[in-house]
Amino acid sequence: MAQRRSPLSIVAGGAIPLWRDIRVLQAVGQIVSAIVVLGLLYFLFSNMMEAANARGLGLGYDFLEQSAGFDLGDALIPYDPSMTFSRALLVGLLNTLRVALVGVVLATVLGIVVGLSRLSSNWLVRNLANVYVETIRNVPLLVQLFFWFFAVFQQLPPVAESITLGPFAALNQRGINMVALRRGEGFTTWLAITAVAILLALALYLALSRYRLRTGRRTHSGLVALLVLLGLPLLGWFLVGGAPLTTDFPVLGRFNYTGGTTITTNFAALLVGLVIYTAAFIAEIVRAGIQAVSKGQREAARSLGLSGLQAMRLVVFPQALRVIVPPLISQYLNLTKNSSLAVAIGFPDLFAVGKTIIDQAGRAVPVFVLIMVTYLLISLTYSLILNLYNRRISFVER
Amino acid sequence: MASVATETEIKRPQQQISLPRWLRQNLFNNWYNSLLTILALWLLIRAAPPLVNWLLQANWSPVLSRPVLYFVGQYPAAQLWRPAVGVVLISFLLGLSWGVWRGPLRTFALVLMSIYAVLALLPVGMETLGLTGRLFLAGNILVVVLGLAASRTPLGKGRWVILLGLLSFAVFILLVRGFAGNPRLPQIQTTSWGGLMLNLLVAAVGIVASFPIGVLLALGRRSRLPVVKLFSTLFIELVRGVPLITILFLGSILLPLFLQENVRIDRVIRAIIGMTMFSAAYMAENVRGGLQAIPEGQYEAARAIGLNGPLTTGLIILPQALRLVIPAIVGQFIALFKDTTLLIIVGINEILGIGKSLVLGNPEWITAQKEVYLFIAIVFWVFTYAMSHSSRRLEKALGIGER
Repeated sequence: MAQRRSPLSIVAGGAIPLWRDIRVLQAVGQIVSAIVVLGLLYFLFSNMMEAANARGLGLGYDFLEQSAGFDLGDALIPYDPSMTFSRALLVGLLNTLRVALVGVVLATVLGIVVGLSRLSSNWLVRNLANVYVETIRNVPLLVQLFFWFFAVFQQLPPVAESITLGPFAALNQRGINMVALRRGEGFTTWLAITAVAILLALALYLALSRYRLRTGRRTHSGLVALLVLLGLPLLGWFLVGGAPLTTDFPVLGRFNYTGGTTITTNFAALLVGLVIYTAAFIAEIVRAGIQAVSKGQREAARSLGLSGLQAMRLVVFPQALRVIVPPLISQYLNLTKNSSLAVAIGFPDLFAVGKTIIDQAGRAVPVFVLIMVTYLLISLTYSLILNLYNRRISFVER
Repeated sequence: MASVATETEIKRPQQQISLPRWLRQNLFNNWYNSLLTILALWLLIRAAPPLVNWLLQANWSPVLSRPVLYFVGQYPAAQLWRPAVGVVLISFLLGLSWGVWRGPLRTFALVLMSIYAVLALLPVGMETLGLTGRLFLAGNILVVVLGLAASRTPLGKGRWVILLGLLSFAVFILLVRGFAGNPRLPQIQTTSWGGLMLNLLVAAVGIVASFPIGVLLALGRRSRLPVVKLFSTLFIELVRGVPLITILFLGSILLPLFLQENVRIDRVIRAIIGMTMFSAAYMAENVRGGLQAIPEGQYEAARAIGLNGPLTTGLIILPQALRLVIPAIVGQFIALFKDTTLLIIVGINEILGIGKSLVLGNPEWITAQKEVYLFIAIVFWVFTYAMSHSSRRLEKALGIGER
């Protein structure tokens, strides 16, 4: 029988074999994984360079200064086909940001309304909200976008038979024509007065609220602020004399509406689809957030003498916000990323413009890198906001 | 004391809620609810006539004239028995898993059986759905029952069902694809694949393939090795930061550029690669959530009984973490299934693409687009609603969030 070695002898000997030394294993593991990943990247990259060189396509971005040559259906800044690719991309980026910004605001409003409706004591309202959420969440966004664009907005009547909302708006195949506000005489002065009014109202509201908190006296802070907010601009309107803001109504001409602002059907379909889809998810987040606040909080607030609305506004909602905001921001990010589906319904957002450039100029890799980096920057912005919020709101440990 | 309690329970009067009382409690309990009710009713009444009117004169011919197209695309008619075998396999497996796991899967199986029944009895002409089709659908109900019966045999064990499921998955793909040069099972190019079959297939392959990658990425992100952690985090955040459509284009346009000229990858495979990469990043985050939920004591206990790092992860941590994330994975599968509609943008004829090309191909159907997209929406709704419903039951059955 062989002499069994004591387990202590390893320690006593002081020599751990290399293949069992955790530090060596970790180092080897890291080196191996680095080699594998970098090797794979190098392989892909060298293949791509070879293919690009064979076709005479560089990886530089100088082609961005060439003339684009294609038109875009929707542009916030002046654009025509003779302008450069980079200008086209900028138009696309602005379109993405526009649909994201408007979409986020509208989806939040609709989502909160639906989410609160799901908690309503009203049977009809509650169940209508339930049907809305369960229907919309379970149907792919792209199917909904197709429905809105091809089956609704493209099937609108021709210009002569537009659906009108009085003189304010007209819907037809070519788009939605809406009344617009234009600056008139004395606009700048009036704008300055309005700005002062807003600041003054805010300052008054804060000061009066603080006074009430200190003394416990009623101050009607909201009412006073509202009066200042509405009264000063109204006063200013008469002081300026003319009409600082004029309305520009859409007017039916021979072929189409003129005047007002026009929204294309592509943009309208994308916006409606994104808002309705995202609002269903936001509604769920709002409902879950409010339900996460324990029932005792509401009951305690009521027993302190707060009304139902006050209990909701001052006690339940601020606590629910902690739960609501993080997933809400990730829904905003989803909405922004989903706006890239615009390519399927012909709205020139960042991705659609990028794809057109790839189809025309064939510079797939540089354009792709540009698009992905832009989306990553947008995502990073959202996570930055989220982190800031989390830091501000996080519970103080006691 | 106990008898008193039961007595009061017995004596408690049966609450008969009369209609006026129910109305008052649920619709008119205060002034603003009354207002809301009236507003909602007014909206419903305003919306109902045009809706009914439209439903009565809806033109379902783009759906009814070629219904098979929506489900299998342009798969050759003579070879349709191959996807049909796949449907039978699914029915059997579902019956079997109903017998084994009960609760949550029962709902799903029952939903599927009622879909078969409804379709088999669908009041449309025989030229839309022939006798063979109806018999096939009715037969599938029997297959589910057969699967349920088979769960009483030694086959009715969880691991056998999982093994059988994975096996039939592979068999199904091989069957649908066929083999080049084989006279019985000629190869069917993926260009002829399509319809809902493709949506389900891509989603299923995507979720199965992304599972191991996602687990590795999640472990990598929690790793103590900085290099591994860096690569995993970079991958996850890169993929999660961009829209799915860019990843799909990466697969369909850029991947051929990245490979050598003589390597050609089928476009469905390229789409699957894109979907898998995308899904893996989200899977990693789900799994990471599960890993974070495992208390530190589990690691310490494993260490105390002498397990090393890999063994601790493999035997103690992962089994518990993965059990926690099953509902999240089901949710991810549903999302992925919905996302397969994006394949239309890279030119693959999934169900939405079939609908669009049908409508655009026939000028007289251009006004019937509502019906087409509504039909596709209903198909998706039935599947995803059934899945999310079962997932909620599964969550309860697993007792997640209750411990």
